Amino acid sequence: MKNIDSRSHVRGESVYLDDIPVVQGTLYACVFDSPVAHGKLKSIDTSAAEKSEGVFRVITAKDIVGENQIGGIVPDEPLLADTEVHFQGMPIAIVLAASEALSHKAAKLITAEIDELEVVTDPRVAAANGDLIVPPKKFVMGDTADAFANCEHIFEGKTEQNGQEHLYIETQGAYAVPMENGGMRVYSSTQGPTAVQRAVCRVTSLAMHQVEVDVQRLGGGFGGKEDQANAWAGIVAVATQLTKRPVKYALHRMEDMRATGKRHPYSSDYKIGLDKDLKIIAYEASFFQNAGASCDLSPPVLERTLFHCTNSYFIPNVTATAYCCRTNLPPNTAFRGFGGPQGMFVIESAITHAAEKLGVSPVEIQKRICSKTGDEFPYGQIADSEAVTSWTQADKKYDFAALQREADEFNASSKHLKKGVALMPICFGISFTKTPMNQARSLVHVYTDGSVAVSTGAVEMGQGVNTKMAQVAAKMFGLDIGHVRVHTTNTLRIANTSPTAASAAADLNGKATQLACETIRDRLFEVAKDLVEAASIEDLSLESGFVYRKGEKTSLDWPTLVMEAHLQRVNLSEHSHYATPGIGFDWTTAKGHPFAYHVYGTAIVGVTVDCLRGRYEVDYVKCCHDFGTSMNTAVDLGQIEGGIVQGLGWVTMEEVVYDEKGKLRSNALSTYKVPDIYSVPKDIDVLALETDRNNLAIFNSKAVGEPPLMYGIGAYFAIRNAVKAFTDCSPAFDLPFTPEKVLTNLYPDGDTLR
Amino acid sequence: MIDFILNDQDISTDQLPGTTVLDFVRYHKDLKGTKIGCREGDCGACTVMVGELVGNEVKYRTMTSCLMPLANAAGKHIVTVEGINPPDGSMTPVQQAMVDESGTQCGFCTVGFVMSLTNFCVDAVSSPHVSKGIDGAISAVDGNICRCTGYKSIERAGSVVSSQLSVVSSQTDVADKLDLAIKSKVVPSYFSGIKERLAKVSEKSNRQPTTDNRQLQFVSGGTDLYVQRPEHMAESDATPLLYDEHLRGIRDTETHIEIGGSATVTDLLVSPVMQSIFPQLYKHLKLVSSTPIRNMATLAGNFVNASPIGDMTVWFLALDAEITLSSPPYEGGVAAASADGVVLSRTLPLKNLYLGYKQLAKQPDEMITAIRFKKPGDDFRFNFEKVCKRTYLDIATVNTAMSMSVASASADALSITDAHISAGGVGPIPFI
Repeated sequence: MKNIDSRSHVRGESVYLDDIPVVQGTLYACVFDSPVAHGKLKSIDTSAAEKSEGVFRVITAKDIVGENQIGGIVPDEPLLADTEVHFQGMPIAIVLAASEALSHKAAKLITAEIDELEVVTDPRVAAANGDLIVPPKKFVMGDTADAFANCEHIFEGKTEQNGQEHLYIETQGAYAVPMENGGMRVYSSTQGPTAVQRAVCRVTSLAMHQVEVDVQRLGGGFGGKEDQANAWAGIVAVATQLTKRPVKYALHRMEDMRATGKRHPYSSDYKIGLDKDLKIIAYEASFFQNAGASCDLSPPVLERTLFHCTNSYFIPNVTATAYCCRTNLPPNTAFRGFGGPQGMFVIESAITHAAEKLGVSPVEIQKRICSKTGDEFPYGQIADSEAVTSWTQADKKYDFAALQREADEFNASSKHLKKGVALMPICFGISFTKTPMNQARSLVHVYTDGSVAVSTGAVEMGQGVNTKMAQVAAKMFGLDIGHVRVHTTNTLRIANTSPTAASAAADLNGKATQLACETIRDRLFEVAKDLVEAASIEDLSLESGFVYRKGEKTSLDWPTLVMEAHLQRVNLSEHSHYATPGIGFDWTTAKGHPFAYHVYGTAIVGVTVDCLRGRYEVDYVKCCHDFGTSMNTAVDLGQIEGGIVQGLGWVTMEEVVYDEKGKLRSNALSTYKVPDIYSVPKDIDVLALETDRNNLAIFNSKAVGEPPLMYGIGAYFAIRNAVKAFTDCSPAFDLPFTPEKVLTNLYPDGDTLR
Repeated sequence: MIDFILNDQDISTDQLPGTTVLDFVRYHKDLKGTKIGCREGDCGACTVMVGELVGNEVKYRTMTSCLMPLANAAGKHIVTVEGINPPDGSMTPVQQAMVDESGTQCGFCTVGFVMSLTNFCVDAVSSPHVSKGIDGAISAVDGNICRCTGYKSIERAGSVVSSQLSVVSSQTDVADKLDLAIKSKVVPSYFSGIKERLAKVSEKSNRQPTTDNRQLQFVSGGTDLYVQRPEHMAESDATPLLYDEHLRGIRDTETHIEIGGSATVTDLLVSPVMQSIFPQLYKHLKLVSSTPIRNMATLAGNFVNASPIGDMTVWFLALDAEITLSSPPYEGGVAAASADGVVLSRTLPLKNLYLGYKQLAKQPDEMITAIRFKKPGDDFRFNFEKVCKRTYLDIATVNTAMSMSVASASADALSITDAHISAGGVGPIPFI
């Protein structure tokens, strides 16, 4: 089953924010943003901009009708800077003009008088200053102090991880159109229509029922449009409220890159203790998260770092502490993995560190601690583990030892090209860790011609969620998928949505759709029962457009049944609600059962490093992945391949660079490099884990959006192994491992070629 | 007026010549299939096909419409996705392959890939030297960035397309190779009339040379000017050089190789003269940006951009090349005789062009009209190296080129008789 949007995609007929036909009278917004990262905003001079050609109005903080605030978790994020600026790129004023070009031109004429304050870009400095956005979070299991006393080997170290730009190819944007009675419709490129609605209402003082948010689809999101879409929607909403005109803002790439937050950089400390059998029995970690200038989603990201700090391993004694540090960078935010990759990199680094010192392969340590069903995670949930099965099935098919041998043999005879191999297991919890968010609704209409319309809270952004929703409805009604149309995500049709995030949208919205369809189907069966003279509705089923009785096709087809039901005044619509059962978490004890289930997998990553130039190529990523039972293998494979490459990008070439003044240097696609077609692994081989376990996923098809990204982390360790095959060194655990850093590790003393 | 063909429509527009083709198609012609990703030629979401009458055939190349001034569209056939979509709502073989192989997820970059792969098909059926294999298909999308798929599905689509292509291009009974592309439904049937229509449009589009030097804003490929100062360019009376016939062409004069200032990197790549001198030409030039950018970027543009890491600058420095600088008045791009009958032009060793960071030994109204280097003998060796974060489609961190002439000093010894080494990214100007 291909993505239902593919045909309109390849014909260029799919509609994104900037493609929406423009309403007459539309004004185009452009923001004047802060040129400095931290300072007191003394005054703003907008006079030249106001006189500039085509300018309709310039808006500053004092004009905002509602509250000048869009912070969702902590109210620390003004929509427009009023007394202080906290990062370079922070919006200060909004220019509205007759065209995009004119608004951009005028915005350049605005000046602001700012008394500069000290700029902090390092999370450890922020922590030392006591500048934490929320109090530190801590997970404790067992007693590490006690356990370390009994360890044979103890190692301590530090890791650095840089951020990652989302680089959705469609930039952020929003378009507000005034409606009667002071309300408005806001088109937004957002993963969270309700979050946008709340932000818009807050800055305009409108009630939520006056604001309709509509999302057709996104040209990529990856977490970057979860909370970070709110500002742009807030800006056009404020402008529409003040001018009574439609206002549109589709950001230019550089505006987007400098103003929006990214994956959180982390600086972390670890301490790892092993017994004489190389089993890890104690692990301590401290995570210093670079949250940026305001809270955004940093606390839940930080929490997920803790949730995944032991990856797929069972370690009996764990103490993990995480600090949410405020710096003068744009507010860092959700990004596929949501803190999980950061946690996993640290434990993998600690294991690699130990292995290096002990002179064994990291695999020897990894395999001793794979979690088993019944093992407890540091947060109290009991594992239903596929760590061992995914490991053994991967090893059986791909033969890790043989791949390692192949690399060793190659290295023995190759002087300047070296191969490295690494094994990367993953374990990722599915559910929003904030339990109330694990709910969704779906609205299903069956029309009298038999066609079906579905609306849910899920946002389509390439991950194929609409395809999966259509599949659910088609399957429930026994119809071809062509009979089902999934409509825009709209807050008037579906209220109070959770964002499309945490890999959970297909599960939550799919289950809600399933419930809605079931209800309608059962009503239809009541009608059909008499028409086909069935004893009970239990005897009926729907397949290929017909009613079946005890598995035998009847002459009653779907359109006839639907029309008959309508004539009998039976309700052909349903709005259903689903809430994940059995989950919960208590932050007072930091224990609970936060996840509906976990996704497991094991990847083997092989690379070749050009030791003359520092370049590398990823030869293969071979993984055994836990799909549960995939309901759409084409879509799910796409998520795996795309996730792996995005993960590889994060650990290799993608380098977010801020200077000491907090200015983004990697501010365009020319200076920030994501993988191109030549950078991807020559071979990505995916083996579906064989398992017959039930889970809470829709049709047993486990969530697949985020987990595969973390296979990419293996590339760092594989490159590291290749570098070590060339020269005796111990590269720092520092992401990304750019060709430049590889080269300096290959020639640590700046020595000449050998 | 600027005259060209946009898809199946003749266009005659008085829009400013500096307007980008991207803005023109999206906001003036409401063709929304072409997407805006970065406006600096780095993502390929805005890729269009540009057809040019070369001799008796129409040659199509991909270009990023975000960096292409409308002035450069004059006399050309600009093809957006709307211009290849089958009118009955079905899909071309390229589109079908992208769907079948799940080569599209969010869809935002997809049209760019479709246009690049379509151009690959059109190019490959008509050009014997273009690889029809998967390497050719992948190479065609080397300027397209996708953030969703991880490219493996796009590779699979490319593989399907390239195997279909081998079948199609084995048909030899078709006179005009473009007909093969039409017959196999890669492009719609109206393409068959483009050649005749272009001939008419080309005549109309011969713009009068700018003699009013007050607004002189030369633009060749636009690949740097539109990145550095897009607003200025959009409002300028851009004077196009890219397609100026006087400024193109690669000639072997027996003693020298002479190259027009507006020769593109692709022109070098497909030149038999260059291929014979540089056996590694393809491998080396593949390291220079991407297919659509190589189709637009000119040598002169790379030189005057004065980047310390300009790939072509470093290349030609190692050839000890010299340049011809011409002064106004210009006629059709080349220096014309002034009122007193003197043609103003001078030659300068390329290495003397660079005075300091972005400072040139060139008057603002002077223009590089030609580049030449001594024709190497059989004893010639050349290498080009470039290191960057991403091997392809990236700006060099450092780059270097080396040329040398090697002679046999004795039976078992060689001696280097002449050598030039250039280095970029090691100072404010490229060094030699």
